[in-house]
Amino acid sequence: MAESEFKTKFRAKVTVMFRKSILDPQGAAVERALKSHTAGDISFPEISSVRVGKVIELTIDGIDAGADAGSVEEKIKILADRILANPVMEEYTVAVEPL
Amino acid sequence: MGKNMRAAVVVFPDSNGDRDAKRALGTLGIGARFVWHKESSIEDVDLIVLPGGFSFGDYLRTGAIARYSPVMREVVRQAGRGTRILGICNGFQILTEAGLLPGVLLRNRDLLFLGRDVWLRVENNATPFTNAYAKGQVIRLPIAHGDGNYFIDDEGYKRLEGEGRIVLRYCLPDGMAPNGVAPNGAKGDIAGIVGEKGNVLGLMPHPERMTEPILGGCDGRGIFDSLIADLLSGAAGC
Amino acid sequence: MTETGNVWREHGLTEEEYGKIRALMGREPNYLELSLFGVMWSEHCSYKNSKAQLRKFPVTGPQVVQGPGENAGVVRLDESIKLCAAFKMESHNHPSAIEPYQGAATGVGGIIRDIFAMGARPVASLDSLRFGELRFGEAGAQRVKSLFGGVVAGVGGYGNCIGIPTVGGETVFHPSYRGNPLVNAMCVGLVDEDKIFKGQASGTGNVVMVVGARTGRDGIKGASFASEELSDSDPDKRPNVQVGDPFMEKLLLEASLEVLEKGLVVGLQDLGAAGLTSSGAEMAGRAGNGLYIDLDRIPMRESGMEPWEIMLSESQERMLMVVEPPKTGAVRAVFEKWDLAAAEIGEVTSDGLFTIRKGADVLASVPAEFLTGMAPVNVRPYAEPAYFQALQKADFSALENYGKDRGGWTGLLKKLLASPNIASKRWVYEQYDSTVGTNTVVRPGSDAAVLRLPGTRKGMALSVDCNSRYVYLNPRRGGAIAVAEAARNVAASGAKPLAITNCLNFGNPEKPEVYWQFVQATDGMAEACGAFSTPVTGGNVSFYNEYDGRAIYPTPTIGMVGVLDDAEDRVTSAFKAEGDLVVLVGETLEELGASEAHFLLTGRDEGEVPVLDFEREKRLHSFLAEAAKRRLLASAHDCSEGGLSVALAESAIQGNLGAALDWTDGVSPAAALFGESQSRAVVSVSPDKWEETKALLEKHGLPCTPLGRTEGIKKNFGEKKFSVRLGGELLIECALDELARLWNGAIEEALK
Repeated sequence: MAESEFKTKFRAKVTVMFRKSILDPQGAAVERALKSHTAGDISFPEISSVRVGKVIELTIDGIDAGADAGSVEEKIKILADRILANPVMEEYTVAVEPL
Repeated sequence: MGKNMRAAVVVFPDSNGDRDAKRALGTLGIGARFVWHKESSIEDVDLIVLPGGFSFGDYLRTGAIARYSPVMREVVRQAGRGTRILGICNGFQILTEAGLLPGVLLRNRDLLFLGRDVWLRVENNATPFTNAYAKGQVIRLPIAHGDGNYFIDDEGYKRLEGEGRIVLRYCLPDGMAPNGVAPNGAKGDIAGIVGEKGNVLGLMPHPERMTEPILGGCDGRGIFDSLIADLLSGAAGC
Repeated sequence: MTETGNVWREHGLTEEEYGKIRALMGREPNYLELSLFGVMWSEHCSYKNSKAQLRKFPVTGPQVVQGPGENAGVVRLDESIKLCAAFKMESHNHPSAIEPYQGAATGVGGIIRDIFAMGARPVASLDSLRFGELRFGEAGAQRVKSLFGGVVAGVGGYGNCIGIPTVGGETVFHPSYRGNPLVNAMCVGLVDEDKIFKGQASGTGNVVMVVGARTGRDGIKGASFASEELSDSDPDKRPNVQVGDPFMEKLLLEASLEVLEKGLVVGLQDLGAAGLTSSGAEMAGRAGNGLYIDLDRIPMRESGMEPWEIMLSESQERMLMVVEPPKTGAVRAVFEKWDLAAAEIGEVTSDGLFTIRKGADVLASVPAEFLTGMAPVNVRPYAEPAYFQALQKADFSALENYGKDRGGWTGLLKKLLASPNIASKRWVYEQYDSTVGTNTVVRPGSDAAVLRLPGTRKGMALSVDCNSRYVYLNPRRGGAIAVAEAARNVAASGAKPLAITNCLNFGNPEKPEVYWQFVQATDGMAEACGAFSTPVTGGNVSFYNEYDGRAIYPTPTIGMVGVLDDAEDRVTSAFKAEGDLVVLVGETLEELGASEAHFLLTGRDEGEVPVLDFEREKRLHSFLAEAAKRRLLASAHDCSEGGLSVALAESAIQGNLGAALDWTDGVSPAAALFGESQSRAVVSVSPDKWEETKALLEKHGLPCTPLGRTEGIKKNFGEKKFSVRLGGELLIECALDELARLWNGAIEEALK
């Protein structure tokens, strides 16, 4: 089999969070709940901050063998900028691993 | 008729159907009082309503935070003693999170909030909540939810069906319920179920919003009429 | 240039304004003081470019309890129990263009706070939305669709969660809104007349409290950002998008109403645009007092904020309260119950100064009146634009020729019903909870929403309207028609129109042609409001709605409130029963200008806007309300975009009843079917009530034309049919189900 026909697979995880300066109502409500009424008998008063975000998992299949995690990450960052996150209020991280 | 019935409507932060429930009960002569979610006991009561709304903003998961409100221990205790528990919309979601009803309410199939009237078929009228309806009766009630897509595993579903605990199913106006008729994608087109002992009902539609002709219909009254009849028949306690 | 000389520009002030500030102050203002002037003298807060025109509006009447100037206007709905409606409409256009979901959500949240700041419990929301066309080439359409979807979800997400039903509204698609969508939200609340609250800081020595959410860097300098090109700006330099927290707002609503009910509060004010600055200064200004705020005592969400940032922060879900010192503990206890912060941040003073302190240090001190009452009032130069005369004449042959082909008119009706502007807005309003509260007795989709009023038999009808094509082509007449249509919709539901609020969405007022549109449109509105005795009780002006230098169509959205003596008298637009008579009330003229049908066929907005006769229009409103009261009408539907044929088809589709219509008219078939002559309504009447209805029409001096009858399944046709004959000639014939499918499904189809 010629090397150019060899395809690889990647998994990418995009974590989208509100930028730190943006109000995160969900995180704030969960934080208040954790502090005010305990889930069952567990109490963990040392929790000082809670933020809620999203994880988007993408599987990339059949990409050319020449592609490395770095180039996949570059492409996904473009997608993250355009659609997965709204940079006006959200920031994201991308982690790519070969499968 | 409902004069002798004692009802409590639990108020969670961001319950928004609490007043509607109390008002609907009132139109049937049932006096109801509000119970704040931080209270830990509900005395002298025949019916506890967990109303619609977005308790704790629906943040994290619907019902996930409310389920740990102090009042819920009492609701679980009362459910155990046979007190009638009615969970409407967000109340249904809280009941599943609290483990009083099986399954879970997922995001609607098309991801959109749905605010419209639906047709429902009464699948089981031998419950304290539905005895005023005929079996197979088709009723119309409003829904207003983003997370009404009932899900349960196949085994659990079979059990519900086998035990007659599927009380309301979405259907067409003529009562036919072709698979997938539920607007939210609910498994088996389930709109409402009762717990093992039959004294806990969770449903996504809003019977309290259809109890007067001026609101577009009275099909919701049957739920409350059933509870009154059930109480009068002395069947309380199961 | 001095150091502060650079600063005035930074705060959006002109050199002239800066000079005026220095003269008023008698000294050089410091940076913080200038930033206070900068926001308070902005168009948004001071209405400096619109005030002179807004003074034309009639603002009084026996029904008006509170006119413009407070958080919301108030009208009396029931004389005997002094029940009132507090209502207002506001725009959130630019924030929605940047982040449609949050922009729309915070728009809804802001207007709700204005209502409960009056002591009213909000009972209904409406929204008026405008976007570019759903289909105009791939890239653009994608953006419009995502704006449309995001805005609708945001309106619903906030309103549904807080449990205030969204009962009505309008959605319009037009190229002029491609780059600059309009999101106007209206909220209505109920309050007893003797329990109305005002945003006044009265009582020297009273405590100023901020309650609700903590203060962060939300929305600072949002206005200047909105005029930047999005793609080119550095994310870190952007203002922070305001994120709505309807859960917090629900708690704030309940806690606020609880402290008002318990009589713990002297004055209450929403923290909206320009945050603590405008709320503090306005509360002091209205009471003729001063007040100070200590920045060290404000609950903060972020650390290291500069004083001007704190003062300008637009963090949502906050309110400012004035409380007598002995009652602060009780206020705090109520807010604690709802898990909300309530902090004592200052005090009402007798010196008339708006003072900002940090501990013992005074950072700024400005007479409140300078901030709230001394902004310049500009009358901008204006001039009639060239387009105005040029577009009055138009060639309607495209429309007229349509009927030459067999089945042509049927085809055109179908085309109209399937166009997103005419089609059912079900896709929109079914994402809203319209029934929570159990007061909604006419839901979205009819001419106006109707709510029953607890504690009385009365009902309240609500509608928002504007045809901006009319306003563009003839601002004066278009402005008047916007008021007329809103009143007509309310009347068609059986109500007497009472008063309006408005959202005046225009382009850049520094352009003479835009300011001309503004002057003309407000002239028309003022005339119509006077003619219909529906005064203006408040509203909002949104200028600078432009994209790539092109202004939107002038869009003065009208929010109308009307009252029914008995909510049971309500009338909807759907046909009700087989065999009812279908009647056109009013008169069709040879008017095809500015019509939806002409635009649909040619893509051109042109021609003369239909004439509006205030007297006849008013008689139509009186007739509709009286006929409803006497329970004469099975249905009533305003004739508007798309003309008579569309109104008839809509009533038939909504009632799931066919119709066989056959009449003779003095105008061309195109005008009869698709012209948009004003002051018309389609009613259906049970045959046994026709004589009485006819007598009532005569009493009101209104012409009418019996058009035909409603009908069920036609035997020889096999299903329900919608047919129109004009002068005996069959012009439209179609199965009702097909029309219904097109009308109901068009928006979803366009979104695919």
